[in-house]
Amino acid sequence: MRGESPAHQPANSTRTIAIGTIARVEGEGALRVTVKQGTVHEVELRIFEPPRFFEAFLQGRHYDEVPDIVARICGICPVAYQMSAVHAIERIFGLRVDGPLRELRRLLYCGEWIESHALHVYLLHAPDFLGYESGIVMAKDHAAAVTRGLRIKKAGNALMTLLGGRSVHPVSVKVGGFSRVPSRRELEGLKDELSWARDAAIETIRWVASFSYPDFVPDYTFVALRHEDEYPFNEGRIVSSNGLAISADEFERHFEEQQVPHSTALHCRLNGASYQVGPLARVNLNRDRLSPAVMAALKDAGLSLPLRNPFQGIVARSVEMLYALEEALRLIDRYEPPPAPALPVTVRAGVGMACTEAPRGILYHRYRIDGNGLIREAKIVPPTSQNQGRIEEDLRLFLPRVLNEADEAIALSCEKVIRCYDPCISCATHFLKLELQRDL
Amino acid sequence: MSFVEGQRKPRLGVFKFASCDGCQLSVLNLEDELLLLGAALDIAYFPEASSRMEPGPYDLALVEGSITTEEDEHRIKAVREQAKVLMTIGACATAGGIQALRNWADIGSYKQCVYPRPDFIRTLATSTSIADHVKVDYELRGCPIDKDQLLRVVTDLLAGVRPRIPADSVCLECKRRGNVCVVVAKGMPCLGPVTSGGCGAICPSMGRDCYGCFGPAEGMAKGVGYPPNTASLAKQFHDRLGLIPIDVVRRFRGINGAAASFRRESEAWAVKRTNSEGS
Repeated sequence: MRGESPAHQPANSTRTIAIGTIARVEGEGALRVTVKQGTVHEVELRIFEPPRFFEAFLQGRHYDEVPDIVARICGICPVAYQMSAVHAIERIFGLRVDGPLRELRRLLYCGEWIESHALHVYLLHAPDFLGYESGIVMAKDHAAAVTRGLRIKKAGNALMTLLGGRSVHPVSVKVGGFSRVPSRRELEGLKDELSWARDAAIETIRWVASFSYPDFVPDYTFVALRHEDEYPFNEGRIVSSNGLAISADEFERHFEEQQVPHSTALHCRLNGASYQVGPLARVNLNRDRLSPAVMAALKDAGLSLPLRNPFQGIVARSVEMLYALEEALRLIDRYEPPPAPALPVTVRAGVGMACTEAPRGILYHRYRIDGNGLIREAKIVPPTSQNQGRIEEDLRLFLPRVLNEADEAIALSCEKVIRCYDPCISCATHFLKLELQRDL
Repeated sequence: MSFVEGQRKPRLGVFKFASCDGCQLSVLNLEDELLLLGAALDIAYFPEASSRMEPGPYDLALVEGSITTEEDEHRIKAVREQAKVLMTIGACATAGGIQALRNWADIGSYKQCVYPRPDFIRTLATSTSIADHVKVDYELRGCPIDKDQLLRVVTDLLAGVRPRIPADSVCLECKRRGNVCVVVAKGMPCLGPVTSGGCGAICPSMGRDCYGCFGPAEGMAKGVGYPPNTASLAKQFHDRLGLIPIDVVRRFRGINGAAASFRRESEAWAVKRTNSEGS
C-alpha cells in the first residue's frame, strides 16, 4: 500500500507520497506532511477510524451497564475504561471501595499493563529497533526473545482471565466491586508463572537497553497521576512536570478538547499546549514510587531516570512491566478474600469524575446520573487524544533530520516516531496513512 | 474443500472496520500458537501486527468491525473481491456491534453530542453487519470472539475440512460447567437462554447474568436456522423479575442489539413502553 514513486512527476508540482495504513498501532489513521522550500510546513495526524459515538449512546443507559459498554471502546485496554467509569460513578454514589476489593482492582489493572506492555514491547515496537516488519517475522531470528515476550503477555492475560472471566472485555467489574472474587488458592495458582515473568521482565529491560536509540530529546511537559504512597493505577492527583497538581474534578478547567478538520479524534491540550501522557510520563513523575528491585534492574542495564527520549518509551514500558509483575505478586501474597464481592449501592443523582492510568496514559471520565440511576451525560478523554498534539510536534522536530532521505525512508522514520507512543486509534476516535506533500 | 492449490501457503488478510480491535487482539492472544500460525499462513495483510501490506488476492480474509461510513461501504466490496474465503469476526462484523445503537437514534444529535464541529464528521446514520453488504462465508460471533474457536476454524480450513460453528445456547455450556442458574437462584435477567454459546458461559460462571455477547442462539425449540424464543424470555423478565418495558428494551438492545431476533424483541417492547405511557 506504499504510494507511487515521486520520480515520474514534473519538477515543479507538489509532491505527494501517500502511505497506506500505519502499521503496528491499534486502530487506523493517516499522517499528512507538507514540505515547502525544504522545511516542514504542516504535520497532520489524520484519524480515519470511524466515530462510534459512545458518549451519545451512553445517555439513557443504566449505570450498571456502563462497565460493559465502555469496555468496548478499546479491546486492548478495556480494564482502564471500566476502572475510570466505576470510580467516577462511585464518586456520585458516595461509595468508597477499600481493602481487598481495592487491591483486586489494582491487581486486575496490573494484568492489563502486563498484557498491553508486552504486546507493544515485543510484537509492535521492538521490530523497529531490530529491523523487522513484525514480531512474528522477527521470531525467525530472535525466537528466544519473542517467545519470552509472548509468555509474559500470557501471564498478564491469565491474571485478567482469573479476575475478569476473560482478558478482552472482562465481565466481573461492577460499581461497588466485582460480581465474583477469586479464592486465595486460585490466585496462588498464578504465582509460578508470574514469578517466571518477573525474571523475564528484568531480562526485557536488559534487552531493550541494548537497542540503539536516536539522539532525540524534545522538551516535554509530562502529565501523570501521582498518589501519596503508591505507583499510580486508580487513584492520585493529576500532576505535570511543570508543577500542575489537581484533582480529577478540576480536569476540565485545565485541559481542553479541540477538534480539527483532519481528524475524527479530538485533540486535548493543557492550558493551550501539548503534553505527553503514558509510561514515560509516569516513570519520570513517579520514579520515587518504583520499587528498589525495579531501580536496581534499570541501573544494572546502565539506565537511569528521568528518560526524556520518546524512543525510550519501550524502556519505560519494560520498567512498568516489571513493576506490575512485582506488584501483582505482592498483592497476591497479602490477599485475604473480602466478606462480599461487592459493596451495596445506593443510587444518588449527581456528577462524578475520575481519572485512572490506562497503559497509554491518563483516562478521564465524567458522568451525570439522575435519581433513577440513568446516565444523562458522559464525557470520556482517552490517552491517545491527549498525546496526539505531542506526536505531531515530535514529528515536526524530527522530520528536518530525515528530509534529505528518500520518501520511503522518511515515511518509515515518521511511523517509528508515532509508534513510540503506542497510540490506540480505536480509543482516540474520538490515527495512520502517511501522506507526504512537498513543494520541490 | 481444497483451501489452496499445491504447496503454496494460504495468504491471510486481516481487515478492520468500525471496531475496538479486540477481536484482532484475540488473534495475537493465541500466545502458544501465534508463531505456528505465522509459519502455516502467509500473513500478507494484517496492519495491526505487521508493516508488510501486500495486495490481494487473499485465501482467507478475516474481517473485524461494522460498516458505518460511505468509504467503508466501498472498501468491504473491494475486500470481498480479493478474498476466496471471507470470515467475519466478532459482534461488530456479524451484527453491527454496540455502535449500532445509533440505528435507533438521530445521527445528527449524536454528532452534536460528541463533537464541537459536527460538520467535520462524515458517517452513515446506521452501523450494519458485513453480511448486509457482501456475501460472508463464515461468521465467528462474540464480543470478543473466542480465540480457541478461531484457532479451531482456521485449523479446519487449513486441513480442508468445512468448519462447524455451533450456535447452541449459553445454557448448555453453563450446565456443563455445573453453574447454579443465576435466573433461578438470583433473579438476574440472564440472556443465556437465547444467546449463542462459544464463550463457555463466562458471565454466569463469574456470578452474573449473560448480556448477549455472542448474539442470538439458533432456536432451541425448532432447531438450527430458527430464531430463539426471545418473546418468552422477555415476558419472564417482565412478569417474574419485575423489569419494566424500557428495562427489557435495554436488555436486548446491547452488544448485539441489531441482530435480527434481538432487534425485533427490543422493538416490540419499545412499542409496549409507548402504549403504557399513553394509557
